[in-house]
Amino acid sequence: MRLNGSEIIIKLLEQQGIKNVSGIPGGSNLPLYDALYKSSINHILCRHEQGGAFIAQGMTRSTGKVAVCFATSGPGATNLLTAIADAKLDSIPIICITGQVDYPFIGTDAFQEVDTYGLTIPITKHNFIVRSAKELFTIIPEAFIVAKTGRQGPVVIDVPKDVQQEVLEFESWPDVSFDVLTENNLDILMVKCAAKEINKSKRPILYIGGGVLSAEASKEIKELSNKNNIPVVTTLMGMGCFSCDEPLYLSMLGMHGARYTNILLHEADLLLAFGVRFDDRATGNIKKFCPKAKIIHADIDEAEINKLKGTDYSITGDIKAVLKELIPFVEDNKRKAWLKLVEETKVKHPLVLPEACDLLHPINIIRYVSDQVPPDSIITTDVGQHQMWTAQVYPFKSPRNLLTSAGLGTMGFGLPAAIGAALENPDKQVICFTGDGSILMNIQELATLADLNLNVKIIILNNKHLGLVRQQQELFYGGHYIASKFITNPDFAAISRGFHVAAYDLAKEVDLLKALKRALAQPGPVLIDVPIRETENVYPMVKPGAPITEMIGGELYDQ
Amino acid sequence: MTNSEYYVIELLVNNHAGVMSHINGLFARRAFNLEGILCGKIGDGSRSKMYLLVDNDDFLVQIVKQLSKLYDVLEVKVHDDFDISVFNDFEALLKIKEN
Repeated sequence: MRLNGSEIIIKLLEQQGIKNVSGIPGGSNLPLYDALYKSSINHILCRHEQGGAFIAQGMTRSTGKVAVCFATSGPGATNLLTAIADAKLDSIPIICITGQVDYPFIGTDAFQEVDTYGLTIPITKHNFIVRSAKELFTIIPEAFIVAKTGRQGPVVIDVPKDVQQEVLEFESWPDVSFDVLTENNLDILMVKCAAKEINKSKRPILYIGGGVLSAEASKEIKELSNKNNIPVVTTLMGMGCFSCDEPLYLSMLGMHGARYTNILLHEADLLLAFGVRFDDRATGNIKKFCPKAKIIHADIDEAEINKLKGTDYSITGDIKAVLKELIPFVEDNKRKAWLKLVEETKVKHPLVLPEACDLLHPINIIRYVSDQVPPDSIITTDVGQHQMWTAQVYPFKSPRNLLTSAGLGTMGFGLPAAIGAALENPDKQVICFTGDGSILMNIQELATLADLNLNVKIIILNNKHLGLVRQQQELFYGGHYIASKFITNPDFAAISRGFHVAAYDLAKEVDLLKALKRALAQPGPVLIDVPIRETENVYPMVKPGAPITEMIGGELYDQ
Repeated sequence: MTNSEYYVIELLVNNHAGVMSHINGLFARRAFNLEGILCGKIGDGSRSKMYLLVDNDDFLVQIVKQLSKLYDVLEVKVHDDFDISVFNDFEALLKIKEN
């Protein structure tokens, strides 16, 4: 065989089962695109590389499979950075293949040269720079393994243009069947100790997160929870890993968690922290988090154990493997007293919902949408108030129902992630809840959406503000509103139509719900601009740095 | 000699241009202190040894865990028995050359 580096890359991606690649061509990756010309891989031309990497994230987050995006050198690579950092913080396995100037020109400040390798060290799980075409045979398959094994994460492969063009003669494709380390080195003694603690505990709570999602262990979480009657709180990443229909579901904890959730955590005598990393948005003041509880922490990443919170028992390993070992040692338990307290607390300190007649309350909009779309719909969000309202009330029943930028909190995530999800899930409805601040951060991807005519419904909860900033200024900065109210407000429906995406402006509709229903039922992409009250806040709210039991707002007054 | 103020972390790493950045970057972004580095290739040059002088503080366990996760780090060992004078007397390095 006689192939050049680019052809080898594309062939190796095909061998990995890659069907869609997002990206933008440019000077330094044109050979790669030339090889793509002859390939069966479908290319999605995004309009900004950050959008391209978030499209890849949408593919990965909705399927669990590694997705790939391309960018050229220099600005192409720097535009990727936010989305790569986002993938790092949420442990999302994407691979970004960047063009680079010819290897001999590296370090000469050549046109569109930037140190992609150096820039991506702190925000990738690992990164490679390819120095010869021969190295591609190991680096490309290795990148998939690195992205997907252990704690998952993004990988960057920087390929100089001359390496893309270097021609190699070879007899056959080298055997790339790496021995993926699936050995199960669980500390069984620790597992037994954990089971013993569970069995003797009086008020246990399961605290689950993205690790359960990555390990695809939601079935096992349900089994453990049901067997021993352990209530379950989830992080933002863990939403859907335990269905909201389950009686033991205690919803999301933390800064915008329901009052009962945070109060019950305070009462727990045993915290089963599975696939979580004690993020400050979840735990509040970590010293005062679950003060009465012993802690059992299970995570695939040993570095998470004792990183922020000392544990009594720790198990390093894949959550599914841990649960499979653990469950047989856990006794059946009715836990009548604890579940009675749970129910009482839920009644006494519920998540207070707006009146049903308040049609344009964002919570009512979100709930109305959830009633209109199939239960297996994929929801993406941007970042801000709309994200928290969605997490609080949208009924997530299965893993990968919610795609959201949890760790990095990146505004601009929602639309491209929805495009990626819709590409990989053509049979599903995809909804993007966003805000008037967030949507503008990647609005150019409406053009990509129009190209692909995907079944994505974008719902802008429009309060003409950076709402969560405004809320913090109101609550914690003495009402000093600065830089949180937009001076002008774009006509999002007109913008959308300009991109050839159908749009509704609910401010101009007489029968709001009827218009919303019609928009949601319409095939293909639709943008719906929903005017909401400018001063609506997300409650309850825990002040950053305060214990999660100190919640502001969201009290049930008329009990 | 046993040292109580510092530890030496001995690393076996792949020898290529980016490894040093990965190690240094880890210390910088995780706000760990790094007091000294000795580094050189070993064997056929495909691998290097690195000796990191670090404070004996609460971060040590986390540093070792984070280093172990790096792709190019093949082995991590922690020593409290070492001769710290190597890190303190860089003048000697050049004097050897002069002689």
